Amino acid sequence: MAVDPIKERYTSKVGEVVIGATEDQGGTRSHTITIGGDSTLPFLQFEGEIPHPPVIAMEVVDVEPDWNEDVKKPFAGVLQDPAAWARKCVDEFGADLIYLKLDGANPDGEDKTPEQCAKTVEEVLKAVKVPLIVVGCGDADKDNEVMPTVAEAGAGENLLLGTAEEDNYKTLTAACMVHKHSIIALSPIDINICKQLNILISEMNLPLDRIVIDPTAAALGYGIEYVYSIMERIRLGALQGDKMLSMPVICTVGYEAWRAKEANAPEDEFPGWGDQEERAIMWETLTATTLLQAGAHVLVMRHPEAVRLTRKNLQELLVPNKF
Amino acid sequence: MLLVGERINGMFKDIGRAVAKKDPEPVRTWAIKQTEAGAHYLDVNTGPRAEDQVDAMKWLVKTIQEVTDIPLCLDSTNYDAIEAGLRLLKKPGMINSVHADREKIERVFPMAKEYNAKLIGLTMDKKGIPKDADSRTALAMELVAAADEFGFPIEDLYIDPLILPVNVAQDHAVEVLKTIQNAKTLSNPAPKTIVGLSNVSQKTVDRSLVNRTFMVMAMACGLDAAIVDVNDESLMDAVATARIILNEEVYADSYLKVFKSKK
Repeated sequence: MAVDPIKERYTSKVGEVVIGATEDQGGTRSHTITIGGDSTLPFLQFEGEIPHPPVIAMEVVDVEPDWNEDVKKPFAGVLQDPAAWARKCVDEFGADLIYLKLDGANPDGEDKTPEQCAKTVEEVLKAVKVPLIVVGCGDADKDNEVMPTVAEAGAGENLLLGTAEEDNYKTLTAACMVHKHSIIALSPIDINICKQLNILISEMNLPLDRIVIDPTAAALGYGIEYVYSIMERIRLGALQGDKMLSMPVICTVGYEAWRAKEANAPEDEFPGWGDQEERAIMWETLTATTLLQAGAHVLVMRHPEAVRLTRKNLQELLVPNKF
Repeated sequence: MLLVGERINGMFKDIGRAVAKKDPEPVRTWAIKQTEAGAHYLDVNTGPRAEDQVDAMKWLVKTIQEVTDIPLCLDSTNYDAIEAGLRLLKKPGMINSVHADREKIERVFPMAKEYNAKLIGLTMDKKGIPKDADSRTALAMELVAAADEFGFPIEDLYIDPLILPVNVAQDHAVEVLKTIQNAKTLSNPAPKTIVGLSNVSQKTVDRSLVNRTFMVMAMACGLDAAIVDVNDESLMDAVATARIILNEEVYADSYLKVFKSKK
């Protein structure tokens, strides 16, 4: 019997954000990436359009990270060379974008200068042709020194820069305004703060199509259902015409998944949990695929095998529904 | 909540004089002021004193469209004037209004359909405005049936249950609130509902307070639209807050500012 699905009619859609700039546009990228534009809930192709399928950014750090050995293994030999690391992500593992984290700036770590950080960004820009996401080390004061210099060094490249938070958004927003980049607005799994931050950033006159929402991801087993419900509410807001919730969403999957106990506990401690490496990869994969269903537009990931599995799942989800 | 700015109406002295003298300034001023205040539509009423209603309506529509591009709600009992206005609209408009009267229904519904306009239907007929909610609802049903008969999209029909001044007709307001609720049960999809808000407060001491109190009560009953003084900031704040409480809008600390800045 033919299925006659009930279709919701929405008045609006998710806004689009373009990342990267080609030579014609004043940058050096081989192409740009557009995210957002959905006019339906995730993957309901029978109900609306998904003009730009979700993309996967692979995470590169400017200093060798203290990650689990299993997720460092695929990058052996390039962990101290962010440009080579980025190249490997694109050439070998098919990353759509590079997500460069400037952990080296951390005052408790290597305390790199803004100029050193900007140099790293320039090197990565030379090494790969895909659009770039660049985020600070997470120390608010230091990021406010580093990111304006990074924004200036990357002028013309239309970077996606992060991260702005409710109590620290002005410096980064101003840097994005002046040097024409887009911004990641981070809120702590809180729809009201998410919306408020978007309002505050747009009041500084950064256009809405240059803001990307980071709702704060969570790994499988660590509150992912809360993230799901927040992301669902964001999407419904966008579809119902709430301009201050209409931005595409980025999720830091790798960071969350690889700090879960299940990704790190060795098999000899938990024999019933099985092989740790395989388990960790699955933890990252399932966190990613769940967040795809929740409406993520950019997944930031670490392990190449998790990236491969997630992409396979994504392709299956993008096959149009048969009714 | 769809808000129709009430101010360009010949019943107001400045607009009445402007229409009589073809002086565009007051009309332009109020068109801009109401647009900036967040109106979604502007009501356009020539007032009863305009000698040539058709000519006055055409002049008002042209004058307003020179300074704002938000859609217009053409408000007249003279249907030729409304039709003349509809022809000039740059965006699909709204017709204010039709009665639940066979003659008027036959004239207005086809016209609304032809010009792709939304239509306000009053719950009154030749006998006047009924007293209770049931009689108002029965007239609303006649309008819903007319929409069906003439192939007019039901979601573009706005039932106006006609609120009266609370100081002289105190027993009406509660019947209007019931009618707003009843209207949602008349069909699927249901017609929309609208009130001409300021009428509730005619000649009361604190008009703004009466207006915004009735407004949030009507919103709680499911009101979809209102013809209002969009430049009454306390009214706009009350509407924005009611939208938050009714969970029609996600809360953010700056919600009042955002509501008013929204076109």
